[in-house]
Amino acid sequence: MRRFSWFNATSLTLGFAFLYLPMLILVIYSFNESRLVTVWAGFSTKWYGELLGNELFLDAAWVTLKVAVISSTIATVLGTMAAYVLVRSGRFSGRTLFSGMIYAPLVMPEVITGLSLLLLFIGIGLDRGVLTIVLAHTTFSMCFVSVVVSSRLISFDRSLEEAALDLGCTPWEAFRLVTLPIIAPAVISGWLLAFTLSLDDLVIASFTAGPSATTLPMRIWSSVRLGVSPEINALSTLLIGIVTLGVISASLVSKRNLMRQQQDEQTAARTA
Amino acid sequence: MADAARGKPMPHQGIFEPWTDPVAKPLIQFQNVTKRFGDFTAIDDLSIDIFEKEFFALLGPSGCGKTTLMRMLAGFEAPTTGTILLAGDDISPIPPNKRAVNMMFQSYALFPHLSVYDNIAFGLKREGMPKLDIHARVEEMLRLTRLERFARRKPHQISGGQRQRVALARSLAKAPKLLLLDEPLGALDKKLRQDTQFELMDIQEKTGTTFVIVTHDQEEAMTVASRVAVMDEGKLIQVSTPDVLYEDPRSVYVADFIGDVNLIEGKAKPSGDGIDLHWAEGQPVLHCKTAKPFGEGQTCHLAIRPEKIAIHSQEPEARNKLCGKILDIAYLGNISTYHVELPSGHVIKAQSANTRRIARRTFTWDDTVWLSWTDTAGVALER
Ligand SMILES: Nc1ncnc2c1ncn2[C@@H]1O[C@H](COP(=O)(O)OP(=O)(O)OP(=O)(O)O)[C@@H](O)[C@H]1O
Ligand SMILES: [Mg+2]
Repeated sequence: MRRFSWFNATSLTLGFAFLYLPMLILVIYSFNESRLVTVWAGFSTKWYGELLGNELFLDAAWVTLKVAVISSTIATVLGTMAAYVLVRSGRFSGRTLFSGMIYAPLVMPEVITGLSLLLLFIGIGLDRGVLTIVLAHTTFSMCFVSVVVSSRLISFDRSLEEAALDLGCTPWEAFRLVTLPIIAPAVISGWLLAFTLSLDDLVIASFTAGPSATTLPMRIWSSVRLGVSPEINALSTLLIGIVTLGVISASLVSKRNLMRQQQDEQTAARTA
Repeated sequence: MADAARGKPMPHQGIFEPWTDPVAKPLIQFQNVTKRFGDFTAIDDLSIDIFEKEFFALLGPSGCGKTTLMRMLAGFEAPTTGTILLAGDDISPIPPNKRAVNMMFQSYALFPHLSVYDNIAFGLKREGMPKLDIHARVEEMLRLTRLERFARRKPHQISGGQRQRVALARSLAKAPKLLLLDEPLGALDKKLRQDTQFELMDIQEKTGTTFVIVTHDQEEAMTVASRVAVMDEGKLIQVSTPDVLYEDPRSVYVADFIGDVNLIEGKAKPSGDGIDLHWAEGQPVLHCKTAKPFGEGQTCHLAIRPEKIAIHSQEPEARNKLCGKILDIAYLGNISTYHVELPSGHVIKAQSANTRRIARRTFTWDDTVWLSWTDTAGVALER
């Protein structure tokens, strides 16, 4: 055992406090009896009950979920395709420009992305609503997916695809039966990334949403401007819970995979 | 080269020689094929005919273009110039998946997400073969490559040699008309390699598949091949049957590349049915029978195989003989190679079979011995 050091303990405590104290306070106050956020008046779960009855929040949550699932799915398909073309097509004139253009939205200020999309939607006369948010989220999360997938594709052994072709696959079959299963983890992380980005996006959604559709971050933001209510705290606590659950289950899944693989390898070593 | 003569089934020799038949139609024809990568020329104006049912071996140093040649046949690279014909038709417009060609990759290219069984079954499934037939065929391939016990494993759970066998089984499974094997047996131990070589020859005999095989092991090339092509820097140096390649190399490069050889450089002087070779001050002139015309004083390399040089303790009666001291003895089990240093400083290698136990060996280090060979044992080469 390493010797216990005051310095280490202090930095650890400070670091974690910095990260988690705000969240902890939020969680604690979500169980506050009082309507006043800063005054503790005893334990209660009544704000959770009120939340479930709040049509506005439930609607917004539903919109957010819909937008996130649809946009991240489309973004994953498009982003994977873009990554595949960029990594596979070798050198063609203007390749650098093309790949630069795919990655540019990564560094583009969200305000600008949002504004330009808004102008576009107005220009082509598209009514703002769920559809426009989906389109906007697809646009900006697609390049994240393509970054994640292309970094996996670069290390992908091309001769695997050649072997598939050699054994009679059409190029599409080779992609479906060989490439896709192998890069699947990257595609899934891409999807998760796009999903999270869409879930917590406020800026772009504010630009592209219309009166008919409001996402959860927008709803929270607008109600906080009227003053923080314990209901918001309850909602945020729920969100924290969901995210924590997601992270834990994702790491459990990957840990199980790792363990299974190690087990396989051990079996292999024993019987070989 | 101890196994070279042994392995080959006799029917190959004498009877199966389509390349000598002027009306025979080649299965594969490379016509002035050049392949460039940028400004690097990997295949340089190469022309060759490969016939149906041949077992054609490509031999050459690393980077000489063997894999590139195969990839052009499989359809992964297109020639920069020139044409490749398969059964008389230009194959350039045909995509890899439509070619009746299967390739075993040098890197194996096994599908990591599929089990050994599914790897082998992959091509059969794409063909739409009935399930039961696929099963039977895969089982057969597993048996052939002795992988039955590993059928359920993933490629990362088996050893390198086992992976190589999976790659081989996968390419064999579809029983294609033309099979390209890029170093199929390199990772196997000698015993398994020889067994597999015979299996391959057996398959070839039974199915009439045409094999093109890359190998770094010249013994393997000589064992299995109907013809061997020696390549260097994208060019074919010599294409011959293994025995001709060994006994009658056309250049020093080939003589040196195939097997062990003594190369003696000197000046030729036509004499009788061959040449006299003047090669070192104070050393006897060597005589070599040859039909090649050498001019007086032309540079000539005498290539002579160690096993064709006899070693004696007394001066023998022979046309070519040299005296020297044993510098080194390489004991190889069945044979020993004696490195004999001549007074001129040259070292000549002579081989003899170990017919007696090693303890009773006739010669030992620093013994003075005589070397001799007949005037037909060596080959006179211009370059
Ligand atoms: N895609 C490529 N781009 C550029 N150069 C290449 C490419 N593929 C092969 N080469 C070059 O072409 C030459 C021949 O390569 P090839 O793979 O055919 O060699 P090889 O004879 O199979 O060698 P080895 O015995 O080591 O496998 C090499 O010098 C290699 O560097
Ligand atoms: Mg190679």
